[in-house]
Amino acid sequence: MSAIILFTAVSIAQLLLSLSMAIASVRIVIGPRAQDRIISLDTLYICAMLLLVTFGIGTGRTVYFEAALVIGLLGFVATVALAKFLMRGEVIE
Amino acid sequence: MQAVVDLPIWAAIIVSLFLLLGAGLTLVGAIGFLRLPSFYERLHAPALVTSWGVGAIMLASILYFSITQQRLVLHEILIGLFVTVTTPVTFMLLARAALHRDRVEGNPDVPAKAPD
Amino acid sequence: MLPYPILSFFLVIMWLLLNEFGLGHLVLGALVAMFAGWALASLRPDKPKLKKWYLLPKLLWVILIDIGRSNLAVARLILQGTRGSRRSGFLLVPLDIEDPTALAILAIILTSMPGSAWLEYDSGDKTVLIHVFDLIDEAEWISTIKQRYEAPLMEIFA
Repeated sequence: MSAIILFTAVSIAQLLLSLSMAIASVRIVIGPRAQDRIISLDTLYICAMLLLVTFGIGTGRTVYFEAALVIGLLGFVATVALAKFLMRGEVIE
Repeated sequence: MQAVVDLPIWAAIIVSLFLLLGAGLTLVGAIGFLRLPSFYERLHAPALVTSWGVGAIMLASILYFSITQQRLVLHEILIGLFVTVTTPVTFMLLARAALHRDRVEGNPDVPAKAPD
Repeated sequence: MLPYPILSFFLVIMWLLLNEFGLGHLVLGALVAMFAGWALASLRPDKPKLKKWYLLPKLLWVILIDIGRSNLAVARLILQGTRGSRRSGFLLVPLDIEDPTALAILAIILTSMPGSAWLEYDSGDKTVLIHVFDLIDEAEWISTIKQRYEAPLMEIFA
């Protein structure tokens, strides 16, 4: 019984998170400006990170946690670099 | 799916509720992201995702792994803490970049920089 | 020996969380934390002056409740769409805090709150530009920020 409840909840959560990722991708495409695209990218990677955590709950394995942590770290660096690029026009001054 | 079987039913319900709360808030944030008209309003929508969206899913994960592995598994807190600390940095940088760009273009909706 | 005891302590905790709790990992984590503390000491950052640390849990609790409420309010406004008479706008808040750590914490609080976003801090005239999602009363927002978050932070980082 608890397996069914958990399986249903994990499936629904994965569906909702995938939908959020799709919406964020739509915003990346329609823009309209560069800062909108960067902030959608930020939302996209956080949603991907959450999706990996739900995968971890669904399968009962902890390996997904490490993948989520790496996505979080790299996504942060990427967003900061892009924001810096917007402000100054170059990343390394 | 070996580990799922020995989860008591109350724990399964709590974990499911937290999962759905987090995923639902994430979706609402994403919808707001699509519907809100201006960049500065859209800046508020991902805060839904990074505050309780991340928090609820982390809580679900902590509870699930702590019960199935029968020891305290807290490493999800690291992701939560990390997101909480890094999001203001990215948002602030992006907001300043957007302000800078809008001011250079002379956008009338943005307050001018205070004279030094 | 340990120039930054709090940092080293949290590094050990993080090491134990990422690996497993045990004597071997405790020793290894302690070594890592010790060297990280020395590395940071050679950079010489400003030490935060934590005066009344026992007030932190209370502030944390207030913030958690407020973020939850703000989440609900913003989620409702987003789902309502544009039919409501919502007006968002910029707000210039004068601040009294000068301690960099306290400022950073205030920035984290205001950004994590879905109803408000921290945009730009001006250290010259000590004001911060924030953007508010549902701006009903400007004076009320300013007094809320100052009393609810700034005053406890100033007390903690006196």
